[in-house]
Amino acid sequence: MSLLIATISFYLVVAATVVGAVIAVAARNIFHNVLGLALSLIGVAGLFLYLNSPFVALMQILIYVGAITIAICFAIMLSQPLYLPAPPRNPLKIQGAAFGAGLVFIFLGLLTRQTLWTPAAERVHDWSITTIGHYLLTQYVVIFELISLLLLVAMLGAIVTARGGRGGA
Amino acid sequence: MPAFNQLNTYLYLAVILFCLGLYGVLSRRNLIAVLISVELMLNAASINFMAFNRFLAPHPAVGQIAALFIMAVAAAEAAIALSIIVALYRKLKSINIEQANELRG
Repeated sequence: MSLLIATISFYLVVAATVVGAVIAVAARNIFHNVLGLALSLIGVAGLFLYLNSPFVALMQILIYVGAITIAICFAIMLSQPLYLPAPPRNPLKIQGAAFGAGLVFIFLGLLTRQTLWTPAAERVHDWSITTIGHYLLTQYVVIFELISLLLLVAMLGAIVTARGGRGGA
Repeated sequence: MPAFNQLNTYLYLAVILFCLGLYGVLSRRNLIAVLISVELMLNAASINFMAFNRFLAPHPAVGQIAALFIMAVAAAEAAIALSIIVALYRKLKSINIEQANELRG
């Protein structure tokens, strides 16, 4: 019974991810795109739950849905007004994009199907937050510091760019 | 074995997400829509890392740290891209990428 519930909710999560992604890519209204992206990101967070990692799922909702989506909403409000009519789509470009993406899809799908994935010989089954925190401050401390530096530089760069660029007001 | 306990399910899902994102990057002209599509592609990469972490990796913290790193890079990328969008709109009064061609020879 619990297996049935888990399977059904897994398919719900998968449907949210894929439908959200389709809305994010295909809808004409840019605001619908952002909403679709949020739906898809919540679906991906659900997938992370199924992959035994509640911490990364929480971070996914906090950072992506909570911060990045809202930042994109601000960019929409600060740029093009929504009432302007959208320019007509170029059917040739749409077809070319669909063709290229389809080719990559076939290639990656075949690659996934043909590869024989073998698990590592010795595996540890410790998915707890404590372990992640321990590793972030011992073995992967350089990555941790690099993330901080990257975010600082990105913040400064965003301020400088948005205030009018080099030499601007 | 249920579908959510198999590696291939997650890998195919990531392929679908990645290709939808690629289609969006290639077909859309609105700069914000391109940014949204890039976020989808980054998420596909995260799903792959987490799936390999769950089913194959010798130590289960590695993939989670890689996914966290991707999130931080995506946040930085979004901040920079949004400030570029604001600056571009101020200069061109449009965020259609086909009009941003001042450097064309």
